[in-house]
Amino acid sequence: MNRDTFETKLFRVLRWVVLAGLALATLFPFYYMIMLSVRPIEDLLRDPGALWVSISQWTTATYEEVLSSEDSGGQGMLGLLANSALVSVGTVLLTLLVSIPGAYAVTRLRFAGHRQVHFLFLAVYLFPAILLAVPLFVLFTKLGLRDSLVGLTIVYVAQTIPVSIYMLRNYLTTIPESVEEAAAIDGCTRRQVLTRVTMPLAAPAIMANALYVFMIAWNEFLFALLFLVADREKWTVSLGLAQLSGGIEVPKTVLMAGSVVLTIPIVLLFYAAERMLTEGLTSGADKG
Amino acid sequence: MKTVKGTLRQQENRAGLAMISPTLLVVLAVVVLPILWTVVLAFQRIRLINVRDTGLFERYTLQNFVTVFGSPGFWSSVGTTLVYAIGGTVLALLLGLAAALALRKPFRGRGFLRGAMLLPYVAPVVAVAFVWEVMLSPQYGIVNEWGARLFGWDRPIAFLTQRETTISLLGLDIPIPVALLTVIVFEGWRYFPFAFLFLLARLQAIPGELEEAAKVDGATPTQRFRHVVLPQLAGVIALLAMLRFVMNFTKFDDVYLLTGGGAGTDVASVRVYDFITARFDVGAASAQALALAAVLLVFLAVYLKFFAPKPEDKS
Repeated sequence: MNRDTFETKLFRVLRWVVLAGLALATLFPFYYMIMLSVRPIEDLLRDPGALWVSISQWTTATYEEVLSSEDSGGQGMLGLLANSALVSVGTVLLTLLVSIPGAYAVTRLRFAGHRQVHFLFLAVYLFPAILLAVPLFVLFTKLGLRDSLVGLTIVYVAQTIPVSIYMLRNYLTTIPESVEEAAAIDGCTRRQVLTRVTMPLAAPAIMANALYVFMIAWNEFLFALLFLVADREKWTVSLGLAQLSGGIEVPKTVLMAGSVVLTIPIVLLFYAAERMLTEGLTSGADKG
Repeated sequence: MKTVKGTLRQQENRAGLAMISPTLLVVLAVVVLPILWTVVLAFQRIRLINVRDTGLFERYTLQNFVTVFGSPGFWSSVGTTLVYAIGGTVLALLLGLAAALALRKPFRGRGFLRGAMLLPYVAPVVAVAFVWEVMLSPQYGIVNEWGARLFGWDRPIAFLTQRETTISLLGLDIPIPVALLTVIVFEGWRYFPFAFLFLLARLQAIPGELEEAAKVDGATPTQRFRHVVLPQLAGVIALLAMLRFVMNFTKFDDVYLLTGGGAGTDVASVRVYDFITARFDVGAASAQALALAAVLLVFLAVYLKFFAPKPEDKS
């Protein structure tokens, strides 16, 4: 057997080993999360190594405890879910409102300083959240915005704008300029060109971008922790769950139920739009 | 008829500025100005209690930097941060590359697997950090349970709370930083999908003739990878390495949620958080953040000088 056939055979096998290993590594934690969330806690302590729990043993008490309000002895996650939804949707709407014209200007219009603007967005994208945490914490304390969902939303908008502009710009460059010029010749003003021609054409990219921004806002933890920790009413789900694990003794199975509740909306959204999302993110990457 | 104001060129300039200004306003107000303010804060003695009455014209001092550099464990935390950032980056890139190569050619179930590979990246960090915590728990964790069953571990490993263990290999006692390795593996696991996505996109854009030609010339699979595929990926790999390094270097939530910065995982960003929430020392927190940013700038400058695609190559 020469080297070529040996390598070809080796990699044919190795490829499946890699695939199986990666599939296990990525899927198992999520399977484990769901399995634990329906397991009675005594059952987990008796046999921690079980890979399967028979359906007759399943319990929904964990979900009841996590979701029901604090007054009725639960953890009140439903209210926190509403907070997260509010902040995330607000972030998406505001980010799109601001970044669609921004992306259009960056792609199509030559204005004074457009190169510098491009560099600024790159810098903002690379600038780590933890460095912004200190001054924003102080600033929002001074302004009295610290314990508010509005303040949090403003921070998220600023954090998601660079990615949003990047994604939209990548897409807008693929729309031929001649389409817009034709509309302009037919008498559209620049605003009409944007709202009647460009935006409908860019609708898939805008959707993908909206989902990505939603994901970032929904998953965010650091700023929620810094800004909202004092006021339980305003916690997001991520923060609520983190506080749950650190506070009074809560069974791990209840924590897992909370994690499932936190994860499900994102995973559903992600699968609904996977292709759009991955294309939106990586378009431009293949140019090397 | 409406009077035309200025030339077309001037109109375009005005429209551009008008459309970009909301974006600029938000970025200036919530990103640029706060960064500048961090620099000011780092040179003032400010605590959270007196923050309301302090302004720009407070006395400037180097005291915060003395506090930060002199605080116990500062230099070791610099080392920890570097090891964490580099380890997490390398692991994420290697896993991402392996995944991209394995999923390159179509097969049944590829779409499903591709979606599965992205799960760690899209799932909320709090949720996945908890699952790992529970899986790795010494009391009821499934990893320790199966470790005992399959590999005969005589006692459970406290993956997230044990600073160090030594293993004897060929008569040598090698110290292993357990908790730090665990958070690095977590980081690699959580971010390999990001590398995977970009590498896969790049792989699929490589024209097939290139490899066909190499194959005809008698190149084996490893040779084709080494001399045809890898050079094509070099640009994306350099970019991903830089992005991941910068992000890992200042990562907060992953480490904070898994270990709280204990057991030898006190990365720089967790220290910033501690300065502000445990000591209410805004000045020291800013100084620590600034030190972090300074190191980051050095790495960015190196990347831009040596690895970044030159502007004229850009399409």
